Amino acid sequence: MSTAAAAVEAKNVSKIFGAGVGEVRALDNVSVTIRQNEFFTLLGPSGCGKTTLLRLIAGFEMPTEGSILLEGEEVAHLPPFKRPVNTVFQNYALFPHMSVAENIGFGLEMLGKPKTEVQQTVDAMLRLVRMEELKHRKTSQISGGQQQRVALARALAPRPKVLLLDEPLSALDYKLRKDMQLELKRMQHETGITFIFVTHDQEEALTMSDRIAVMSQGNILQIGSPDEIYERPADRFVADFIGETNFIEAEVIERIGEDGRIRLPSGVAVSHKLASNAGVGSRVTLAIRPERIDLVRADGETHLKGKVDNIVYFGTDTTFHVGLDSGQSVTVRVQNRRGHQEILQVGDVVGLTIAPEAMQILRD
Amino acid sequence: MAKATFSVRRQTGFATIALVCFVMLYAPILTLMIYSFNDGTSVAIWEGFSWRWYERAAANEQVQESALLSLKIASIAAVLATIFATMAALATTRTRPYRGLTAIFAAINTPLMVPEIVTAVALLIFFASIKVATGYTGIAYLVAAHTAFCIPFAYLPIRARLESMDATLEIAAADLYATPWRAFRRVTFPLLWPGIVAGLMLAFVISLDDVVITEFVKSAGQDTLPTYMLGQLRRIVTPEMNAISTVFLGISVMVVALFFFMTRKKN
Amino acid sequence: MAISGTQSQRGGTHVSAAEAAAAFERRETRTRWLLSAPALITLAVASIGPLLIVLVYSFLQKNPNGGVFWQFSTDAWFNVILQRDIFDDTLQFADAHLSIFWRSVKLSMGTTVLALIFGFPTAYFIATRPERTRELWLFLITIPFWTNLLIRTFAIQEVIRNEGIVNSLLLWVGIIDAPIQMMFTDFAIMMGMLYVFLPLMVLPLYASMEKLDFRLVEAGYDLYATRLQVLRRVIIPLVKPGIIAGSILVFIPSLGAYVTPRVLGGGKSLMLGNLIELQFGQGRNWPLGAALSMTLLCIVMVALLVYVRKTSRQGGAHG
Repeated sequence: MSTAAAAVEAKNVSKIFGAGVGEVRALDNVSVTIRQNEFFTLLGPSGCGKTTLLRLIAGFEMPTEGSILLEGEEVAHLPPFKRPVNTVFQNYALFPHMSVAENIGFGLEMLGKPKTEVQQTVDAMLRLVRMEELKHRKTSQISGGQQQRVALARALAPRPKVLLLDEPLSALDYKLRKDMQLELKRMQHETGITFIFVTHDQEEALTMSDRIAVMSQGNILQIGSPDEIYERPADRFVADFIGETNFIEAEVIERIGEDGRIRLPSGVAVSHKLASNAGVGSRVTLAIRPERIDLVRADGETHLKGKVDNIVYFGTDTTFHVGLDSGQSVTVRVQNRRGHQEILQVGDVVGLTIAPEAMQILRD
Repeated sequence: MAKATFSVRRQTGFATIALVCFVMLYAPILTLMIYSFNDGTSVAIWEGFSWRWYERAAANEQVQESALLSLKIASIAAVLATIFATMAALATTRTRPYRGLTAIFAAINTPLMVPEIVTAVALLIFFASIKVATGYTGIAYLVAAHTAFCIPFAYLPIRARLESMDATLEIAAADLYATPWRAFRRVTFPLLWPGIVAGLMLAFVISLDDVVITEFVKSAGQDTLPTYMLGQLRRIVTPEMNAISTVFLGISVMVVALFFFMTRKKN
Repeated sequence: MAISGTQSQRGGTHVSAAEAAAAFERRETRTRWLLSAPALITLAVASIGPLLIVLVYSFLQKNPNGGVFWQFSTDAWFNVILQRDIFDDTLQFADAHLSIFWRSVKLSMGTTVLALIFGFPTAYFIATRPERTRELWLFLITIPFWTNLLIRTFAIQEVIRNEGIVNSLLLWVGIIDAPIQMMFTDFAIMMGMLYVFLPLMVLPLYASMEKLDFRLVEAGYDLYATRLQVLRRVIIPLVKPGIIAGSILVFIPSLGAYVTPRVLGGGKSLMLGNLIELQFGQGRNWPLGAALSMTLLCIVMVALLVYVRKTSRQGGAHG
């Protein structure tokens, strides 16, 4: 046992909805450890099980199998009102018949805290979310962004050990969402509470999180810091889901220990570290980010060669779609500070070079 | 003259038929009301304005007694039906299907499906044998019968309200340390209240209006206002009936109007 | 060692997790049954239970002094449509019953058709009013719906009586010189039922017309349809669920009507409801009354089943 217990630990958790033909396995033997004071994000497309995992931690659902530990204590079968965990709901779920202050004070009141303490905490929370002047409004009389802040204040007021956020920013417009991302980061920092954040927005996940778990079809595919997830995606799904990626097939032609050589579709061979199971002759998939590819003259030394099919201007950068001889299309993104791409035109033949560390070999 | 503009929504003659319909619906009722103020004894020949039939109806002991019984039964039955319907609505909404759910739902709605006359004779048979066996002939039979057929009417608006209610609100309450009972008291019940009031009012009106079942269930000497009126219709009718009807209609319309505006506002 | 330890631990939580979930579900279902109990008991005592007793009674021997003898018999069901001649003991159709059956069905269908003829344009009219006034029109339809059926029947009686408004007016104008007998006829019953059940036609029709997408109507006109063609080919097919619902909602209470035929038909023009009452009153044939009640109930259930079938298929087409 580690000395400081993890904030939340899910061990071999499965959740099955329905039975028989209609059976849906929302979570399939998932294990994850979330540390104290971290901003942890569950990222994945809708239906991947991220919200189910959140609801299991909150106590709104019970796992079919496995256990959930909160600071080392098994809570899987405690009802939600006995768990020191609070949730910010996707639709906020503010009580429409209560004022802003009554909403925020609700949890403390239920915990049986004395009136004066409730009052003080409510005021402190209103200051934290900068909503002092709307204290006595009905929740139906405030804007969406303000409702969001009230929901946040309400969930933070009882000082939970873990705060769960279920896509709380999805109903806000773009500008407000950007502001709230920073606000959330600030509040997590100020309160020191562990945040578990659920989203399907990869950009949101990358900018806010300390660590991210990427989920798909009831499984966690990869857990890591934002740059680990982005730079070294473990498999095709992660690479594809986060950012834009080119997938290029290559063949292992040589291998000594971990070092080896692979052959690209163009026939060019490059040195690369190899996973243990990739023997000579086996095929591997490389994930290459569009901004990690350089456009060079076709008659120089290149990794791949192709013809420019399409040029799309994006302001900060320009995207080139290059058709390789193999028929595959590769996306290349170039920052708009150099001048040379302006002379490139659709139909030009170009060379592509890629730094070896930018070629990420994916798990099968 | 400018050419009439073409309206997509218009259908030739529909507005006329509709207006005829409204006149048809209201003309008899209005005539009935007007003649309640007739000074003469006829309900067809106008002989001047007077309150005399209202005074006579108010002084009529049978009318007083039956009106009182009507109100008594309607109040008790409506309150009971609403309490039971609220509990049943909580049990049958916002749930994954469980064993017996459809059966409960069907049972609650039986009174809506079975013709009133069939229920009436069924209750006649059943209660008659209980009356013989126990000797008790009080109003409990009527209260039980009224409560039963009021349940689905009270159930409808309460269920509708529950289904339109955001289920995450109660989950949020549980998340904020409210026990199930406190979550119900502080969140579910206040939000459900308009539905409960609507159900209560519907049940009250339905009970107040019932003729057929009451006619078959009542013991000798028991009369609600509608069964009293049914008996009177066989005789020579005086505007006293019109006066009673007018007051009765007034009460119904008031309750219905209240119900209508309460439910509309919330949408 | 460590591995086996986690194994067994995992196995342990596995079992308890599944068990706890099942136990939770059982508790939840029990709570829901308990919550429904008061309503269910009331309905069992004062609705469903007595109906079962009626079913039992329909298979018993009649007691000519009222009530039954506890002896199994199918006579009652037999007598619903057949009767034995008193003199030569041959089987005959029970003409008296059959004619009342037939009248009930005829009058109910007539009422339904009339209600549709008047109700359809009315519902359409309300549905095409501007948002603000629509509520008011709807309210005007709802009011009679919730007001006392007996009073409404009484109101109609006052209109069509020999000394009523219509006859008085016609006499006064001089169109007729003797009052037209309208009371105690099939016509009176049908008028009365139309009057009391019309809102039941208008409300469901309105509900489907309110959802009608008028861009479809526009598309109809755009494709050269005349008003009548738009009505027949676009509007009516789209509001068909409302037409079915309204027709069933008028037909069912018409078939089981008791008060209206009693008041407006007098003792002359009986319907099924009055025939049933008769068996429990003067007729003193409780088993026959019970069998007739069950027959009426069956017809209503069949009508409801047709309705559910039609509407659920409609729903299935949408999903």
